[in-house]
Amino acid sequence: MSNGRELLRINKMPHIWCPGCGNGIITSQVLRAIQELGLDQDKIVVVSGIGCSSRAPGYLDFCTLHTTHGRALAFATGVKYANPDLKVIVLTGDGDSAAIGGNHLIHACRRNIDITTIVFNNSIYGMTSGQYSPLTPTGSLATTSPYGNIDRSFDLCALGQAAGATYVARTTTYHTNQLRDYIKKALQNKGFSLVEAVTHCPTYFGRKNKIGGPVEMLNWQKDHAVPLKAAEKMSEEEMAGKFTIGELYNKPAMEYCEAYAKVIAGAEGKK
Amino acid sequence: MTKPKLMQGNEACVAGALAAGIGFYAGYPITPSTEIAELLAEALPKIGGYFIQMEDEISSMGATIGASLTGKKSMTATSGPGFSLKQENLGYAVMTEVPCVVVNVQRSGPSTGVPTAPAQGDVMQARWGTHGDHAIIALSPSSVRECFDVTVRAFNLSEKYRIPVILLFDEIVGHMRERIEIPEPGTYEVIDRSKTTLPPSEYKPYDAPLDGVAPLVPFGTGYRYHVTGLTHDRTGFATSKPKEIDYKLRRLSTKIEMNLQDILQWESLQCEDADVIVVAYGGTARSAKAAMEMAREKGLKVGLFRPVTIWPFPGDELIKVATGKRVIVAEMNLGQMATEVERILKQDIEKVNRVDGEPLTPQEILDQIEGV
Repeated sequence: MSNGRELLRINKMPHIWCPGCGNGIITSQVLRAIQELGLDQDKIVVVSGIGCSSRAPGYLDFCTLHTTHGRALAFATGVKYANPDLKVIVLTGDGDSAAIGGNHLIHACRRNIDITTIVFNNSIYGMTSGQYSPLTPTGSLATTSPYGNIDRSFDLCALGQAAGATYVARTTTYHTNQLRDYIKKALQNKGFSLVEAVTHCPTYFGRKNKIGGPVEMLNWQKDHAVPLKAAEKMSEEEMAGKFTIGELYNKPAMEYCEAYAKVIAGAEGKK
Repeated sequence: MTKPKLMQGNEACVAGALAAGIGFYAGYPITPSTEIAELLAEALPKIGGYFIQMEDEISSMGATIGASLTGKKSMTATSGPGFSLKQENLGYAVMTEVPCVVVNVQRSGPSTGVPTAPAQGDVMQARWGTHGDHAIIALSPSSVRECFDVTVRAFNLSEKYRIPVILLFDEIVGHMRERIEIPEPGTYEVIDRSKTTLPPSEYKPYDAPLDGVAPLVPFGTGYRYHVTGLTHDRTGFATSKPKEIDYKLRRLSTKIEMNLQDILQWESLQCEDADVIVVAYGGTARSAKAAMEMAREKGLKVGLFRPVTIWPFPGDELIKVATGKRVIVAEMNLGQMATEVERILKQDIEKVNRVDGEPLTPQEILDQIEGV
């Protein structure tokens, strides 16, 4: 297997991400997953919104669509629905998908449209220099929560599952092989897939909260991520401050484009 | 001609969209435009087209642009409150030069206003509703038949100039019923997106002269390229070079300004010998025409100038017929187009306005003509 350079726009490098950023780890696992599944490069459309993670598509050699803040899934829905033969992947961040794009996220889940969504969750708005997001843990420091964040954070995977996504998984940039494995399964799921990749922003989240640099932040992920099976046996107190990783939901349901294809089949030729 | 049919303006808009080759519609329910969505929900699956009701106006606009990038002629429809929400992604379509048609059946505003009452309060929003320098095309029909015609034209202009085209209806033309004949296919022009002759390795989605556009190749056809709302160069990738930013911004306007002959449409009725020119558009132009006829019967020399393309405004054409004459602008707002007319003619003008949710009557316009 090649090293995957043919899936990158090498001439667009260097990328804009800070040294030590986790976004490259997630992006590389997306590419490896695509490569291992042997997907047709010409049939892939990668859509993103606004934010650090949403800059990823610019470096990827597919049809790429860098849209407005929070709206990636709205555009992606139009792309996929109007041409179901395309493989549509959305790369988004915690602010992009859970705040300004939250409504689009739950409705894309609800429709179960065949879009694979990878959320780069770095717990912060990085592009605007470190404001708290809906996935920033309560109590954390950010430039807009200098006394500690009083907001409660979303469990984005629970939200996605409740809204109707048919494949939901969470892991971290520390668990790279697992991340690739989940992305592959998400890409193979005929329906809406949500993979939350907990990543690290040493520049803003790490520095502000005195967690340390990229290595310390990766170690933090290792120490605070609890595999699903272990988490099930732990009490609420034991899980405090920690989060579950694993395949959280995987149950097929009628895919949206297929449902509409039936509508077309039934209506075509009718006067 | 097909058999004459009693039709609503919104219905004629749908017929026009189908005639133009619509392949995708995304929308959100809102009075007084909802008939457009309902009729397309029924019609599109019959021709293998795609209809989707989205979760809001913002996503409807986004999905419309996404679908257009797959090569489908795409449309969305709304009214004032929804039009406000669409401005974000409307600007994205302007910047990325993705063809699409946006119908705004205007109702009384601001805000929720009077949902079932007509108004023409979105004239300036259609021009400048989204941020940043840009050109836009907006068409405003005055009859049910014209709803059909301008809808076909909106798709044509959109595909040709890679720009969102706004159909600025008002509740009068949208909900009015008239007996019309829909022309046979082949009797009107249908323009499709131009195709590239270049191989994928040489294709650049924005490589165009200042007064033109490059072909837009559908996603998934072997041409891999980037689309972004960031200001971009000819290849489509973001740029921070002042020269390239300047070229892009100027081209967005110049591609329209240099093609006015093709884009502008207006009607000039009995203006040659007229001492008084009434300027009116959309539903109001019907009252203005009646007022003109009543005035003529009284021996008053009155003409009507009716822009159908309201953005860009047919300024030179108005100057030709109205300079030095008494000019009355009649509209269902407090003078949005009057300001533009004043700017173009550089002379004092008179205004007849109504913003109480009722249409302007011919008598009200006649009273102004007669100086009552």
